[in-house]
Amino acid sequence: MTGIIAQNVGRTSGLIKSAGGGGGVWTKIKTLTASADSTLDFIDGTSDVVLDSTYPIYVFKFINIHLATDNGEWGINFTTDGTNFNVTKTTAYWYANHKEDDSGTALDYSTSRDLAQGTALQQLGADVGADNDQSTSGELMLFNPSSTTFVKHFIANTNYAHADDYSIDLYVGGYANTTSAITGARFSAVSGNIDAGTIKLYGIGDS
Amino acid sequence: MSGIIAQNILDNSGLIKAPAGGGAWNFIKKLTASASSDLSFVDGTSDVVLDSTYKEYLFTFNNIHPSNDGVGFLFNLSEDTGSSYAVTKMSTWFQAYHGESDAYVGGGGVAYNASYDLAQGTGTQYLSNNAGNGNDESGSGYLKLFGLSSTTFVKHWISNMNTYYFQDYLQNDFTAGYGNTTSAVDAVQFSMTAGNIDAGDICLYGLTT
Repeated sequence: MTGIIAQNVGRTSGLIKSAGGGGGVWTKIKTLTASADSTLDFIDGTSDVVLDSTYPIYVFKFINIHLATDNGEWGINFTTDGTNFNVTKTTAYWYANHKEDDSGTALDYSTSRDLAQGTALQQLGADVGADNDQSTSGELMLFNPSSTTFVKHFIANTNYAHADDYSIDLYVGGYANTTSAITGARFSAVSGNIDAGTIKLYGIGDS
Repeated sequence: MSGIIAQNILDNSGLIKAPAGGGAWNFIKKLTASASSDLSFVDGTSDVVLDSTYKEYLFTFNNIHPSNDGVGFLFNLSEDTGSSYAVTKMSTWFQAYHGESDAYVGGGGVAYNASYDLAQGTGTQYLSNNAGNGNDESGSGYLKLFGLSSTTFVKHWISNMNTYYFQDYLQNDFTAGYGNTTSAVDAVQFSMTAGNIDAGDICLYGLTT
């Protein structure tokens, strides 16, 4: 590159040449805002959602997910047909915690929150507080959901306010153990609903 | 914004307005493995940028598939544009794990593993270990590197790699550390402990600040 284009690479103003091949950076695909919703669905080809081979990596961002029910759980499941959210998954689930009154800290693995070839929702928060100011924020990366060769890896990290007033730093890693393409993701609460909050879907390009 | 600038947002050609205030990830380079003994990103070579242009670099790993069963996925750093990969490194390494059979490996857990960290070592750093090479088995994740061009500070990294362990369980591996050098790091190389990288993509991004 030469001239004004080259000069402005990495700058915060002026004109730059757009990246080849569709951008190659984070592209916002869809925002869903909860309002006492039982589910929030991102299904490829529906409501402008893209969840296919367009991007090799997708990222869901969670901003202040507030559950209707105190001590509740919420999480994610996947679909390969746009209808049934029951993909087989193997996952690990662990967390660090710290109580607001400084009376307790821990780093623990939870064998009751992980999945061993399970088809149920994978929790992204457990015993979450539902006080007015309590919520969950974080992100989940989903790798190559369109592959028909490999299992589908995902890694998540959330922080949330526990019902007993802990800060929970939660980590989840796992794979959807299928060689079918993942075409959708569903977020839901185990009981009650997702009272409020925002989930954003981004695609990370590779060109 | 209006006119040609607005029209080209998210397009793959033409001119767009630089992001206000920066903060955008910029795609730099993609390498696709094909029975590759290693994949190397060297500043100034094949359009790779690994210098002071960006303060933070991100490598993403998508379905890294080894040729051999039960092998580790590794990286090393260079400060002489790839002539040698032997930067002194300090690191920590821990992993969470859970078997497809719930009873396997104790029903799951998280633990530090001293077999895969480095204490002033110059050898390769594990990003994952014991990856399976079954047809549907692979590893995906990311590695972030900070301040590579600094001639004052050590070079920090943070990584999270999800791997299909060769004995059919999930392993989520975390390594963090620093290249203990005040020379600029200008190349990064990825490889396996044995055999080659049979398939998979590694992408390099830079964060505009």
